[in-house]
Parts: sequence; structure tokens; C-alpha cells
Amino acid sequence: MDKYVLLRHRDTPDIHKLSVYGEYTALQKAVTTLTPEQVINEVKVSGLRGRGGAGFPAGVKWSFVPKDRLPHYVTVNADESEPGTFKDRELMEFNPHQVIEGAAIAAYAVGATRVYHYLRGEFKSVARRMQAALDEAYAAGYLGQNVFGTHVEIQMFLHLGAGAYICGEESALLESLEGKRGQPRLRPPFPAVVGLYNQPTVINNTETMANVPYILNHGAEAYKKLGTEKSPGTKIFCLSGMVKRPGNYEAELGKISFRDLIFGENFGQGMMVEGRNVKAILPSGASGPIVTEAALDVLLDYESVAAAGTILGSASVIVLDDSIDMVWAAGKVTHFFRHESCGKCTPCREGTYWMEKQYQDILKGKATLADVQLLQDVAQQIIGKCLCPLGEFATSPVLSSFQHFQAEYEARATDAKKVVPAKAASAKAAATPTAAKTADTKAVPTT
Amino acid sequence: MADLINLFIDDVAVSVPKGTLIVDAAKRADIDIPVFCYHPKLKPVGMCRMCLVQVGRVKLDRGTGQPVLDANGSPEIAYGPKLETSCTTPVEPGMRVITNTDLVKRAQKDVLEFLLTSHPLDCPICDKGGECPLQNLTLTYGPGVTRFDYADKQHLDKHYPLGELIFLDKERCIQCARCIRFQDEIADDHVLGFYERGRKMQIETMSTPGFDSKFSGNTTDICPVGALTTRDFRFRARPWEITNVPSICPHCPVGCNISLGTRRSAKGGGEWEILRVMPRQNEAVNEIWICDKGRFGHHYARSQARLQKPLIKKEGRLVEATWEEAFSLIADRFRAANGKAAGWLGDRVSNEDAWLFGKLFREGFNSAQLVNRPHVAGLDLVARYGVGVGTNLGNLGQGDVVFIVAGDVEETAPVHMLRLKAAVERGAKLIVANARETKMDRYAAISIQYQPGMDTQTVYSLLASVSNQQSAISSQVAKFAPSDNKIKAAGQLIAEAQNLIVMLGDERPYPVMVQGQYTDAGRALAQACANLVVATGHIGKANNGLLPLWPHNNTQGVYDMLSAQGAEALSGEVKALYLVGTDPIGEGQNLPPTDFVVVQELFLTPTAQQADVVLPALAWAERDGTFTNAERRVQRYYKALPPTGQAKADWEIFRLIAEKFGLKWSFFSAEGVMHEIAAQVAAYAGLDYVCLAETKEEWPPVGTSSDLYFGGTAYDNRGGVGAQTKSLFEINGRSELKWIEPPPPSGQSIEPRRLNRPGTLIDQSAIYEVRLRAAELVKIEA
Repeated sequence: MDKYVLLRHRDTPDIHKLSVYGEYTALQKAVTTLTPEQVINEVKVSGLRGRGGAGFPAGVKWSFVPKDRLPHYVTVNADESEPGTFKDRELMEFNPHQVIEGAAIAAYAVGATRVYHYLRGEFKSVARRMQAALDEAYAAGYLGQNVFGTHVEIQMFLHLGAGAYICGEESALLESLEGKRGQPRLRPPFPAVVGLYNQPTVINNTETMANVPYILNHGAEAYKKLGTEKSPGTKIFCLSGMVKRPGNYEAELGKISFRDLIFGENFGQGMMVEGRNVKAILPSGASGPIVTEAALDVLLDYESVAAAGTILGSASVIVLDDSIDMVWAAGKVTHFFRHESCGKCTPCREGTYWMEKQYQDILKGKATLADVQLLQDVAQQIIGKCLCPLGEFATSPVLSSFQHFQAEYEARATDAKKVVPAKAASAKAAATPTAAKTADTKAVPTT
Repeated sequence: MADLINLFIDDVAVSVPKGTLIVDAAKRADIDIPVFCYHPKLKPVGMCRMCLVQVGRVKLDRGTGQPVLDANGSPEIAYGPKLETSCTTPVEPGMRVITNTDLVKRAQKDVLEFLLTSHPLDCPICDKGGECPLQNLTLTYGPGVTRFDYADKQHLDKHYPLGELIFLDKERCIQCARCIRFQDEIADDHVLGFYERGRKMQIETMSTPGFDSKFSGNTTDICPVGALTTRDFRFRARPWEITNVPSICPHCPVGCNISLGTRRSAKGGGEWEILRVMPRQNEAVNEIWICDKGRFGHHYARSQARLQKPLIKKEGRLVEATWEEAFSLIADRFRAANGKAAGWLGDRVSNEDAWLFGKLFREGFNSAQLVNRPHVAGLDLVARYGVGVGTNLGNLGQGDVVFIVAGDVEETAPVHMLRLKAAVERGAKLIVANARETKMDRYAAISIQYQPGMDTQTVYSLLASVSNQQSAISSQVAKFAPSDNKIKAAGQLIAEAQNLIVMLGDERPYPVMVQGQYTDAGRALAQACANLVVATGHIGKANNGLLPLWPHNNTQGVYDMLSAQGAEALSGEVKALYLVGTDPIGEGQNLPPTDFVVVQELFLTPTAQQADVVLPALAWAERDGTFTNAERRVQRYYKALPPTGQAKADWEIFRLIAEKFGLKWSFFSAEGVMHEIAAQVAAYAGLDYVCLAETKEEWPPVGTSSDLYFGGTAYDNRGGVGAQTKSLFEINGRSELKWIEPPPPSGQSIEPRRLNRPGTLIDQSAIYEVRLRAAELVKIEA
């Protein structure tokens, strides 16, 4: 076996050229020898799980598409808007044919003739690479009216977004693709039944699609040998933060731990600054609960990470070392969610704003313990009430950072010292804010 | 209903049709679930998250698909891990919904606290205060206190004009998108949208000129906060100071039910004024909508230009006189005319006025020369084959066909457009035939564009393609057998229709007077439409028959009243002429040669200036009466304002003149006149002011009785829903096909009907001037 299933350009330079990538053998096999049901079944058996974050089995998703309402659409989610995620970009830039082939197979499997890749707006150069690959595929007869000389039609298009995190959410993506405001839709109905232009639509992440050719080429059984039983296959881990060698690393699911990923010789090679320790890990960009160095030995597959109280998500692992102020970090993430809230539903629109306001107060040293508590309350108040998962995600950095680093929050409260040593500190604590205020007022005019 | 679903809401057993949303099902069981973004007339979006409830569903065995039973043998209920929005979740059999637990109450408090973090809480100066869903629901379900620092509130533009009529207070907006959704889903004018995102998200108009829609005012009614206000009403009064008087819109033949919000105002010099016009719920007529003309076109009732006293022409000048002088003069001159008198009655006056006008001519002036709207043809045909009793455009759906010919529903009867659009969405099919494109073409299954003047021929082509049965006119119709596939397809639709309504417009070359006779192209068209419904048997039933697009609110009623008294066209010499509520000279026509002219009016119109006697009449809002709409629904309106000057109600003026002729009429109220109408006009038999004031339960409920959806004080229908009169066919069962040869196209240009065409009454609404000017600028090519 090659070293890579997905990042094959690392083995084979220039694989973005069709001449190097070779024929679309998996697609050919699918359209010439297999029925759509057989393709869906093969993917189902392989156990391939969606790589966008939720980890829903791809084959199962494809089988939800009703057969009686045509046309169907396939949409590839290449919005890659989660902070710290940069795997789809590498795939599309350096191994685009594998993505295209996978998407084409998905289109054949669900009976779609139109495939849309929704790329984030910043991916202009990536789109150029993808377009070049698409042109080659069309020229070779792998896409277009008669794929491989059959009556199968697959047309593939690229669409660049306009810069909204929410458009990575599948229903908002569809809205945006239709030319409307990027705001999530109500679910149910799910996109597989009512999707793009109200037609049945399959939406999968770019990386998910890139897995598909391998499954058809080598068979579902071969694919299942990779990874664990419930999380088969390989996954690209986007490692960033305070590590020596950040980047994309492909590994079998469940075969490495956070520790391997951060410290392994073939991976992150340890902390950026010698002598500093891992303080916190954001395992799936901004949206997953934060974990600490206690989770270092958790294996990286969907189940094990979930058991550790967080989510694997898109596997964008952001590492923070012990020099980081966690209140500041969580506030930063909250700022991101406030900025990206689409405004459609009340809890997210107002709640993220309120949480950011609380963080600003805490960071400016204007907050009391009650304010810190209020921050937690507001986060709790958002949970379970939002229209889409984004609003729910916005609370996880707040609550998880508080859970692990409560002391840091409380130390920033103006009345913190009142609590810790009972009597002696109270007089001092009462004096401090006044002192700080006078200092402030003096400082302003002079600077 | 076939598909009823049984479920429990707070342990109350509820049975509702399949597809009902939980929030509506709860309403049926008198359980309130608070909502903001949800509105029963709009598609659910689930944005505000106020309606969260606990939902338990019957647990199904994965293998068998059968319910899992517990120890007692009843189905096990599985509750979802999260609260669900009741406004987006349809009911399921056996579902258990819980709306009153601490969990739900807590969620309601939480969401309200969030909503109020960006709300300015300027209730004391807000127009909505007192009938505001946000205010009401906060008091009922809210937390009472907030932990959000008031100083952290954002400050935005509070006086942002979306258009010349509607203002937006950006701070008050709670982003429920009701206004945007109304414009998109109901009015189909996509002129509003959101701009920016997150907490900065705000309503913005996407059209030039701003908020360019004939229905813009409705957004202020359905806005659940005081964010949208009309230029007319903003900062004028508090809702609880207003007296809402039930009324009927005096502009178009839809006959929208409205409430006149009246109060004494400082701006009006301490006098009673109409401060706002709002829709009054009548699901059979206008649901809960009115157009902007109806909303803003009331100012003529309190115009400074209103006639205050009778005027008599002396030495070429009109000078003020007493009623007695005026009556004596009129009596002398009409007596002298000795039967050579004629009356010309506008079609805006009430049925009671029209009846007594006819009676006065019959009994006092000894003449039957009475004219109403000479260029409207087919009034008699509508009286015979008009839509049957029980007609409700809101019931049209699958299998029903509406055929619109030579008319622009949007410009003539705007609220009909909203209802027809909704009918099309429910599955009804629309066929539109006109010489030009209209907004109705958007919803048409088949659009037919004919050469101007070829309207009648088109109707006969259609009829020829529907049936080739032998009939009195089949040989003549056969000549028009269509070659056009579109018309054939339309014929096919009509042939298969369960119900057929033919909407008859008057966008055709105007009749011209030739040798004292109108050449009446409209007559031929009306007869053709009548032939169509008669030949296909679509008469005498609910949702079948003719539905005319008359020019004014009571065109049909005035005809009914005059024709029942044997009115005839102007024929012989006219020595004295009496005009009521009509301005022929202002419309560019001539009066017949005569010695004496009486004009009874609200304003000193060009015709009134030529008169020998001018009598001041009361405006519709200053008196009561009834109008008959295009569906022949008789609807009652009530007195809302004290009279202007010495003006009197038209019917009363006629009664007083009759006294001069020695006639002892015992009418002391409009109600009394209606008694005589009911006794003498077959179609109006059995009507009286009591039965016209009867109301019925309206669904969905939006009035004060349930402030769940709106909380508006004006929606409640306390004035009656009116009664539809029978068509003559329903009374005597007689129908006939009659042939009128379609006139060849005259080559005359067609003046399209315009809702916002300037006129004596609408010109008095200064705030509406922009619309009138805009309408003048746009030239529609026919």
C-alpha cells in the first residue's frame, strides 16, 4: 500500500495533472460495471463516514435520496470555514482529480447530473487549480454528456462563496448556492429529500469525496482494514497552534493519539517553544469543547474522542501551550462566533453578542465573579435553543474552558480576592479597582 | 376532514387535520404558545425560538414499525433530547406536547431575555405599546428583569424611511422577518430583505423607489413590535385611546372590511379624526389584508376642502344658502320640469342612498331617467350570473379555474390578487387574457395576449374550444373556433374545471356616444363572458359565475337599486338634472343640455362649479349604510365621525326633498331604508342591519381575543361579515344564451385601470401623493 490514501501528491509529485493521476479507473468501474445501488452499497459497506464534522456514514446518506423525484444534485462542501481547517484546500490544490473522481462517482450513485463544488470565497487560486483539473477531466471524457462513452451525464461546476462561516453548514450552503442569503434552513426536511432548488441533494465534504475512488478501486473490505471498525479509513489531521511543525497529516483513524500527533517524529515534532507544555487542545477548530493535556493519550477516532467529552469534527487540532491565557483564547473564539452569527435565530444572534461583551469586561478587568457566572449562564441559555448547530457550537469553548480553567476566570474577577483568603484580602481587593480606575483616567489624556 | 390526527397537548386531547402545526393545534385547544416570527398566514421559519415546547413521540419498534407498548399496554412515548419549535413541527398521531413545564417556561424566559437585549424598551413612546406582542408576551412569559446592562444596548437609526409611507425603527426590530415574508409570500413584491448579519442584521428595502408595493401597510400590522410604522399614524395616538369603528373600504369592489381608528386629536383642532385604517378580519373577503389605497385614502373624509353648506347660484356665483332655500328651489324647478328630469348617480354611494334616489325620482319627480356609470356594461348579467352564494376565493384550490379577461386584478381589486395568488398555490388554475401583460400573468397557467379590441372574440374562441354542444348560439360561436394552441389548452382547462369563476374587466376601448347611444363594446364582452359560464353550466353555485372588476366600491349595489325601480337610460329632453357623487365634467364628459343642475357632493368638483344648486353630503365615515361588493356581498359600515359642517347623508337629503313633494316617507335611519329594500328587491330579501352585523368565528384567530399572533385591537370583526345576495339565476333558475356580434376592433387606445390614478377623493390624501405621481409617470402600453 502507498503511504497515502488522500494526500497522494506527497508520494507522487504533479498528481494534479491528469497525465500523472492517470485514468479515472474507479469512475470507469462504477459507470461501466456497477449499478448505482451497487456503488451506494459498496460505500455503505466500507463504513466511510463524512469528514465534514458530523461523521455521518456517507453511503447511508446517499441511500436516503428518493428515486422518484428528479433531478438530483450533488454538492461538495469545500467551504472549509472552520478555524484551523486546511485539508480540503490541499486536496483541491494538489490532488484535485481524486476529489473530482469521487464526486463524479457520488453523482452516478445518486443519479445526479449536476455537481457543485462550493468553495469558500478566499479559494480563488484553489478554484483555478480545480478548474484546470475539471477541464482536463472534461477533455478526457470523464465528465460531460457521455461519461466513458455511456449514457451517464455528469456536469461539474465550481462556485465561490462570499465569506461566511455559516455557509459551511449544509443548508446555508444550499441557500447561498441558490443565490440567497447564507442562512440555515429548517430541518427536516433534510437536503437528501429537499435540497438544492428543492430537489433531493447529497452534500458531502471534499475529503469524503476524495475517499471514494479508493473504495471503488480497492474494494470496501480493503478500505475497512484501515482505521478502526467504527471509524474506518484514513483522515487528514490539520495540526496548528504552538507546535513545531504544523500542517496536514494523514493517518489511519484510531491509530494515533493527540500525543502522537503533536509530538510524533512524523507529525508535529513537539511544542514550538522548547520547555513549554500542552495546556489546551481545540480538537475541532472553534466548535468543539476544549480539552487539556489530560486528553493527550486519547486515540483519534470519532468514538474515542467523543468518549473524552469533545468531538473530532473536521479534525482541526489547535494546540495551545501553557503561556496562553485561556480566558483570552476563549474570548477570541467567542468573538469569532459573534462575528459569524448569521442572525437568523435569537439565541445565537443575541447570545454570542452578550458572551463577547462579558469576555470584554472580564479581560478589561471590569468584571465581578457574578459577571463570570453570568457568562456561563448565557452560554447555558443558548444551548438547545438554536436553529442550527453553529449556535450550539458557540457555547462549547466558553463552557469547556470554564470547566478546565475556572481559576483563570475567577482570578480576573475584581472581587476574586474576597473569596479566596477570607478576611485579609478583602480590604485590598476593595481598594484595587479604585486604584486601577484612577490610573486609567490619568493615562488616557497623556497618551 | 378525513385525516384527523389525535394527540395530547398538556394532557388535553386534541384532534386536528393532518399537517397542522403544533402551535395551531394548541390554539384549537385554547392553549397559548407564545410566538414572534410565526404568523398563521405565513410559512413557518422557526427563527425567533419563542415557541419551544417538549415533544414526545410514540416510540416505534425498528424492526416491525409498530409502537412499543409499556407495561400497561399503552404506547411508550419518547421525548426528544431538546425542546422543539412548535411553529415548525407538524402533529403526529399519539404525540404528546408539553407547554407548561419549568423547562419550557425557562426557555421562554431565556429567549425573551435575549430578544430584549437589543430592544430599546421605549414602550412609553411607541405606537405599538398597548397592542404589542413583544410587550404582551414579555409580561406574560418574560423574566421580569434582565441581566443585560442597559448601557451595552446598540443604538441604531430610529426613523429610517423604507419608503415614503413606511418607517423603520431599527432598534425595535426583533428580526422576525414577518414583513419580508409577507412581501415575498403574500404580496409577491420582493422589495424587502435583510442586510448585514448577526446582531447588525436589519431590514432594508431593495427597490427604487423604496418599499415599492401596493400592500406595504400590511407589514405594519403584522410587525410584532413597533419597528414598522406608517407615516400616517406614527406618533399620533396610543392604541387604547383609539375608538375602532367597523367600516368597509370605500374604494374598490373587493369591499375590504376595515376598522377606522378614530380619536379627537390636537393636530385636528380637537376634532374627531380618522387616525388610522386597519384591516378587520373577514376570511371570506379580505382575510386580514388591505391595500395601501384603502389604508391611506381616507383623508378626504376630514379634508378642509369639504363642502360645509348648501350653495345656490346667484348672478353666476355660488353663494351659501340654507337647506330650506335649496330644497325649495329644487322642489320648484323639478316640479316645473314635469317629469322631464334626469338623475345621474355615482357608484360610490350606499345602497340606501341609491334606493331613495330612485324612489324620489319615481314618486316625486315622476321620471325614470336614471344613469349610473354609463360605460360599465354587464351589470345586469352579473346580477343574473354572478358568483353564487357561498363564494370564497379562499376556498379555491385543486380543480378550480379562474379566467380573467380584459382586466388587471392587481390594479382594480388588489386584495383579490393576493387571494388568487394563494389559490393558485393551493392548486387552482388561472387563465389570463388581456391585451397587455399584467401581474396576474405571473400566476397564470395560461396567458393569452390578444390584439386590443379582440377581447370578445377571444372569449368566444375559448368557448368554441370548450364545447361543441348544440345551443342557441353554437353556430355563431363555431365561427371563432381557435387555431391557437394556447386557447385550446385553456379551453381544455375550463372543460375539466370543477368550479369556474370568470373575472370580467373593462380594459377595452371606451364607449363613445354616437347619436345619443353608446357604442358598447363592453356589452358584447360581458355577454360573451355570461355565455361562457351559462354554456358550461358554471352558474348558480358557490365559486362559480361572473366576478366583475367594477371601477368602484358599490357599482353593483347602485345598479341593483336603480334597476329594481325600473331605471331607464337618458332618452328625452332633460329640464332638470340631479347629479349625486359623480363628476362627469371632471372626467371629460359633457352634461346633457338642461336648464337646472343640482349636484350633491363632498367637494366643489368641476361639475359642481357648473351647478345651480350644490348640496353638501356626508362622507362614508360620517354615516352608516351598506355597500354591495363585486361578489354581491352586502356589507354594513358604521358612523365613525361627526358630520362636516351642515352636510347631511344622501338618503336624508332625498327624504327631505320628498317632503317638499308631499311624500310622507317614514325613514329616519339608513336601517329603515334597508327594510324597504329587503321587501322590494328580490336579491336583497331577508336582509336587515341585524343580520348584516352578525359575525362568525374567524380562523386563524388574530384579534385581541388571542394576542398570540398579533394582538391588534383592530382585527376583531365586531361589525359583521355581511351577507351575500342571491343571483337572479339562483332565485328564478332562468338562464339564456344570447348572441351579440363582437364588434371589430375600433383602433381606439385602451386606458388601463390604475389603482393609484389621481381622483377627487384620493387627491385629498397628501401622503399618498407620491404614489399618485408615480402612477401618472408610468405609461402602460396596450
